[in-house]
Parts: sequence; C-alpha cells; structure tokens
Amino acid sequence: MSTATLTARVVCILRDMLARPSGAIGLTLVGLHLVIAVTSPWIAPFDYTEMNATMTLSGPSAEHWLGTDHLGRDVFSRMLLGGREALLITGIATPVALLWGGFLGVFLGLRGGWLDEVLMRVVDAFLALPGILPLLVLITVFGSGGEVLMPTLAFFFGIPVIRVARAAAHEVVARDFISAARARGHRPLDIVRRELMPNVTDTLLVEGAMRWSWMLLGFSALSFLGFGVAPPRPDWGLMVSDARVYMSLAPWGVIAPVIALSTLIIGINLTADALAKTLGLDQSRKAVV
Amino acid sequence: MANPPLIDIRKLCIGFSGRGGTILPVLHDVDLAVCRGESLGIVGESGSGKSTLALAAMGYLKHGLEKIDGEVIYDGVDMFARSPKELQRIRGGKLGLIPQNSGQSLTPTLRIGQQIDEVLHLHCTLPKALHEARAIDLLTQVRLPDPRAILRRYPHELSGGQQQRVAIAMALAGEPDALLLDEPTTGLDVTTQAHILDLLRELAVTRKMAMVYVSHDLGVIARVCDRVLVLYAGETVLIGPAAEVLRDPAHPYARALLASIPRLCDQQLPRALNGRPPSPGSHHHGCAFAQRCALATETCRTERPPMTAGAGSQSTRCLYPDRVSEIDIRGGGGAVPMVCPADSPPALTLKDVTIRYQRPSLLARLRHRALNPATVEGISLTLRHGESLGMVGESGSGKSTILKAIAGLLAPAEGQILLDDNTLLGTTVERRRPDQLRRLQIVFQNPDASLNPRQSVAEILSQPLRLYFGLRGEALQDRMVALLDAVRLGASYLDRRPGQLSGGEKQRVAVARAFAADPRIVLCDEITSALDVSVQAAVLELLNDLKRVHGTAFIFVSHNLAIVRVLSDRVAVLYQGRLCEIGPTAAVYSQPSHPYTEVLLSAVLEPDPDHAPRLLTEDRAELSPPERGCPFQRRCPVKAGAICETDAPPWQETGNGHAIRCHLPLTALQNRICG
Repeated sequence: MSTATLTARVVCILRDMLARPSGAIGLTLVGLHLVIAVTSPWIAPFDYTEMNATMTLSGPSAEHWLGTDHLGRDVFSRMLLGGREALLITGIATPVALLWGGFLGVFLGLRGGWLDEVLMRVVDAFLALPGILPLLVLITVFGSGGEVLMPTLAFFFGIPVIRVARAAAHEVVARDFISAARARGHRPLDIVRRELMPNVTDTLLVEGAMRWSWMLLGFSALSFLGFGVAPPRPDWGLMVSDARVYMSLAPWGVIAPVIALSTLIIGINLTADALAKTLGLDQSRKAVV
Repeated sequence: MANPPLIDIRKLCIGFSGRGGTILPVLHDVDLAVCRGESLGIVGESGSGKSTLALAAMGYLKHGLEKIDGEVIYDGVDMFARSPKELQRIRGGKLGLIPQNSGQSLTPTLRIGQQIDEVLHLHCTLPKALHEARAIDLLTQVRLPDPRAILRRYPHELSGGQQQRVAIAMALAGEPDALLLDEPTTGLDVTTQAHILDLLRELAVTRKMAMVYVSHDLGVIARVCDRVLVLYAGETVLIGPAAEVLRDPAHPYARALLASIPRLCDQQLPRALNGRPPSPGSHHHGCAFAQRCALATETCRTERPPMTAGAGSQSTRCLYPDRVSEIDIRGGGGAVPMVCPADSPPALTLKDVTIRYQRPSLLARLRHRALNPATVEGISLTLRHGESLGMVGESGSGKSTILKAIAGLLAPAEGQILLDDNTLLGTTVERRRPDQLRRLQIVFQNPDASLNPRQSVAEILSQPLRLYFGLRGEALQDRMVALLDAVRLGASYLDRRPGQLSGGEKQRVAVARAFAADPRIVLCDEITSALDVSVQAAVLELLNDLKRVHGTAFIFVSHNLAIVRVLSDRVAVLYQGRLCEIGPTAAVYSQPSHPYTEVLLSAVLEPDPDHAPRLLTEDRAELSPPERGCPFQRRCPVKAGAICETDAPPWQETGNGHAIRCHLPLTALQNRICG
C-alpha cells in the first residue's frame, strides 16, 4: 500500500471514529492526555521536586489547585507530569509487544504442527501465572529502570497477543486464497507478509489498544508497589502509594492521580471500542446493506 | 380465483436510509397474491430483493430495512399492523419458513427431538404426553427413515438432505397454512434435491398449503410452481403461469435468463447476459433492465414501463410485449465448444491415486489393523494436452479431494501423479519445482474466499507474475492489463478490491490469476456454482475461449451435469471416491451407462415444465464407502447379486475410450433404469 492510500485510509478511519460518541470521547481523552504529557514541563505551575515544609497536606487553594502532598509538593503539577514516564514506556512497549506477539502468533497459526503445539503450551503456562508475578521477579533481578521495564513489559504483554493473532490467523488460513498462494509455491514468510498480515492487522490494532490500557494499569501497579518509577520523579502509581497513608487527611493526593489514570484508561478503551466498530470487527449491530 | 388470497402483498416498497436521510429502495411496488393450495415461485438474481420479499411476507425485515409503503396482508390482516405477540404466534405456526441452509438454522447443541418438541410446545395444543408420537409422525411424513432414532440425534449427525427434511418437519409442526421456502434445495445434491422437491409438491397438494418458493434456479421453479414472479432490481418484471413463463416468457430479462442456462440435452454453450443488474438501492429512470436489453430503445431509458398484458395470461413490465419473441430463449451464444484432438499427448497422468484423510495410528499399524476404506481409491486417468476433463459426482464423491491432491495441497497415501507421462510430481507443494507448480494452476469454487479481500486486483495478479517470471514495473503492468483484457475486464479494474467487484467479476479475476502463470493445466473446482446463472454463462464462454486460444487442458469439477457437458471433451463419474465411468462426453451422457450415472442424469431438473426427473423410490446419500465390492452397491437399483458386495467390479470397454465399471453386462446397461 502506498503512503498516500495509507494516509487516506487513516484519515477515513479517524473520521468514522469521530462520528461515533465512543470514538469522539475516547479520542478526545487520549489526545488531551498526550498533549498534557508533552507540554506539562512548561505548563505545570510548580517544579515537581519543589517542597514547601510549611504547607504539607494542605487542601485545594488558589495557589495549589489540588493541594499539596506530605512533603508539601504541588499535587496538580505532579498529576500533570505523572503520566509522562508511563505513557513513554508503554507507548513504546505496546507496539513492540504487538509486533513480536502478532508476528509469532500469525506464523504459528499458519504453520501449525509440533512447533505450534509446543510454543502454545509455553504461552498457556505464562498466561496461567498472575501477570504481575513474573514481572516482579525480573525487575527484582535486573533492576527497575526504564531500560528494563520497557522490554519486560513488551515481552510479557506480547504473550497474550500471540494467542489473539494465532486465532485471527486460523480464521484466515482456512480461506482459499491461502491455499492458492501455497499452490503457487510462495515461501511461508511471503504468505504471512502478503496474504495473512493485511487480514489480521485490524484485529491486532484493536488488540493493541486494549493491551495498551492493560499495560498502563500494570505499569502503575508496579510503581505503586515501588518497582516502577523511582522517587522523587512523579508517577500516578507512586503518587497513590505515597498519598494513601494520608488519605483521610488529604484525599486529593489519591483522587487526583486516580482520575488522571482512569480517564486515560477509559479514553483508550472507548477508542478501541470505536476502532473495532469502525473496522467492522464488532458485528453485533451490523446493518444489512 | 374463487377464494380470497391467503397472502396478499400490495404495492410493497421496502428500502433503507442512505446518507443524508434519502430512502434507497430495495423493493419497489411489488404486488403478489397466493391462495391456499397454490404455489408461487419468486425468481431473481442475487440482489434482486427476492429474499427480502419472502421475509416481508412474514412481516419481518432485516436490520436496517424499513417498510416505506404498501401492505402485507396475511389471512385478512396486515402483518405489519399485528402486535409482536400475534406475530410470534403466526410465525412458525400458521406461516412456516424453510430457510436455505437448514444445517445452520438448527441448533447444534440440541437433539432433533428437543427442537421439534419446542415448536410443538409453542404452536400446538396437544398434551405433552403426545408430543413424541407427533414428532415421529412428522418425521415419517417427510420420509425420514427410522424417525425414532433421528429424534435422539444431533443436527451434525444428519446429512444435508436429512437436515432439510427435519426443517420441513419442524415447519409442518404448527400445521401451517402457508410455507415460505428460501432456496430450499440450494446446496443439496441433484438426487436429494429432486426428492425433497417431490416431497414438498406432495405436501402442498395433500395439505392444501400456499407455498412461496424463492429461488434462482428455474429448474426448481419448473418442478414445483404453478405461477412464477420474476424480480429484477426490486421490481416485478413478469408474472404468469409457470408453464407459460418457462416456455415463452413475455419479458426480455426472463428470456435472456432462460438462454443463459446450460441444458442437459443441448451441447451448445449457453448465451451470457451482458452487464450487471443495478445495485440494490440505486435509482433509475425508465426500465431497470434497459441497459442489458437487446430491444431497448430511447423510450425504455426514460420511461418506466407499466405492467401490461403479455403472451398468454402473463403480465409483463415491458413497453414492447409484442417484440419480446425476437429474443431467443435457447442458448447458442454463437460460441461452439472446443474439441480436443484425440491423438494429443498426455499432459497429466494419475496412477492408482489413493487418498486418506485418516492416518493410521501407531498402535493400529503395529497390530496390522485394517484401515477404514480410503476417501479416494485407485484413481487412474490421463488428461491430454488441450483436453478438458469433467468430473462429476455428488458431494462426498471426492472430486475436490482429487483436485487438491493434483495441486499438491494434499498428499495422496498411495499412487503417483505425473506431469505429461514421465515427470513424477512431488506429493506436496514443497516438494515440487517452481516450473512444475507454474504449469498447474487451480481456480477455487468461491471467489470471495479465493481472493484476498485486502489486496487490489493489481496486487492479486502481480503475485504469480513476480513469482514465476520476476516481472517488474512496466512489463508487469502491461502483462496485468493484457490478462484483464483476456477475461474481458479493463485496466480500470487494477485498483479495485474484491469487495468492489460483483461475483462474476471476482471469478474472472481468479481465472486471470491462474492464467497469469501461463499454465498447461488449469484445475477448476466448481467455479461457477457460487455465481448467478446469467454470470455463469459468461464464465463458461470465457473458459471456452481461453481453452481455444491457449490450448490449456482443464479438469472441470462440478455437480452440475449440464455445465460439465458443455465444457468437457471427456467426463469421469465418481462415486464415493471411486471411478464408475469415464469416456467421451457424448458417450457418457448416452447409453449404455453406469447405474449411478443414470441415477444422476435422471435427477437433473431442467427449466422445462414438461420435464420431470425420474427418481428411484428409495434413495439416500451415504456417508462412507463400503469396505468391499462395488462402491455403489447399497444404492444400486439393478444390483447384479452377491458379487457386487464382495468383488470390485471390472472395467468394461465399449470402445472409443468409454469404460464402465460394473458387474452387469453392457447389454443390461443399455436400458433406462429409472422412471
């Protein structure tokens, strides 16, 4: 597909998504978060490390819109800045997870046989573990910097993608155009690239959006547990973790990052929903003509 | 008509809302009336609105459609004015529907007995204790053997014909006054189809039901209908008694449609109908058929013709009812079927090919346990250069399986497949050389499945050209345009995707892709069965031309005996994966012939009111071949005796390469068996 037709298709899809309430709300929320994440270093009223010992755990005021935390730092500024690291790391890890999981899943779906059987059992084993557990083990071993978090998240969140991609590929593999390509004698990788991939990208796109929101939650959970972003840098998960002790005194400290995180997650989920409907994957209310 | 019609549809308009709130019509001013004991056939191509009309008769519209005008009166009351509760009571009760694919409309997880019981519970007043007896009675009425056992089966344990019979039994459970049948036999074998239609005819007479058949198959309509309504682009274009409509239709479209159907008794190619019908919801001024009509004048394009009286008691929507007879209703599009010279060398040789889907387990091999009979066994045949070989048989006869084995998509368990008669081909694609693969191309049944919906026509055609010839840039472009021209599509099609093409155009692209490889042999797997008849004729013509120009050899698999007849030099008849008869087309279609060929030929339905299929009284499909003896032994009407059950029958030559595999002497096979 040439760049021009690709752009045209993307514009067409976006337009269709914006015409749906879920798409309009979802895209707005996600867009707003992205804009904030990029511009927050300039728009945040306070430095995130700036402490004010005289004003700890104060309520909302004209100066501190959402009050201050236990060290007297401005909650509003930290909320604006708190999504940067999460968005950056998951924003890179999600496409990576999607690519490796998607490609492997599609390849296994086409190839079948013993390799498929063996690898899918490994996938099952991973899926049987509570998601956060293997993550914690790896991070404890290798440390918790972004350079460890990103590949770790990409690896673990790619595993469920294998299953989805394999199922999507199975549906396509049974169709005759794959038999036709095989009968012509194309190499398996060519068949994956030319015949299979274009037919599963829609499913993978929607799956990717869903994975992104899961990954954000996972990342925040790690931060909450103290394995994600290192203090004093601001992060929503970390903010909740710090502020929950003072919840009865200063609920703002917990509520603000929770609102920020949940609006982003809701935004992504709504976008995924609208994307699925636009691409025709959600056929529950498909018109006849 | 003495009694008032049971179903009375008046000026019905159905449409859907397009962008900007405009209403796009799917059905336009349709009137029809059906009385008790009468059967009406609704004929039309895909997209003509025939199924929408049948469903509207139940007061049902698919999602997105709305009734714009008109009324649907059933038993004196408008269906669309009834309350949901009333509709629930009528539908499936007094007004039954038999859908096209019963296999899909039966619930897979419930036993047949439970499903029938549910209908009885909803639509009849019998006490619960009598339900089972009633269910058995119903299954007996639709002539299912051993109804008591069938009650306990699940839908997947029944054959397609049995499933259809169960669906009919369920429709009869509510003692219906009227039955709507949406393509009731499409997808069934010819023999099964003929039996089911016989049953329906009989039921209509004994129970005095009103029947509405929806079908694209004029052969079916000829068999079961008293009157015919022809729909074109959502409009009634012709209505009249079945015999008149089939003998001398008073509308150009109906005449062209008749001419496009290949006939068993006719060796001429059918005549294709050019162009394509307007898409549903499109607006047109004047006559909807004007663009494709041989008689069309300027007036036709601007003025919508009213319904007027045509020949006999037909009414037609044509401005020139007196001139329609200028259009011939028999085929002969001018093209003469190509015949291959008898001394041409072999292009493909099959030696004792046996295919099993079931692989013996290690344990079974160690214990030397006997295998189940193979799906396909002992197929030996040669295909000569430039020859077209037809393969016919019912579903399960292994015809597609053999094609897959030749194409290398399925490895045969035993036997050899040779290119020409000397180059042994690898069992699977991976073991064949690129030039061997290039020489053998396959075209699949359904172009919706065989063309990648995400690729443009250019991408589709470029695949073989790049793979086999390494074409790039200008040369690639030129070759693609030449290929599209050869299948009578223009260069403008290069940028389109399969979703933007009609069924016939898609199949042409699939044919063009096969010919892109410049093959010597093209394998065609039921390539016209997913197409409308008018389009089918055009594809047949195209194949005939390609064969003449390129001298390509074809193997043409089909369940449609009339199509195989027009296209093939030789025909092979298969039953349960075993060859029964092979020989020159004319010889196979005449006497003497194998009893199975005879059964198949007799069951064919022709669009001719005087033609009735001759059927065996007891005939049913089998799911697996017998272990020994003749594969046809259990259904054979003229079994020679115990020898049929023990010994495989010998090949008997009648000369001219025609051979029949039967224990009976050739003289005994001379006479017609059925009838």
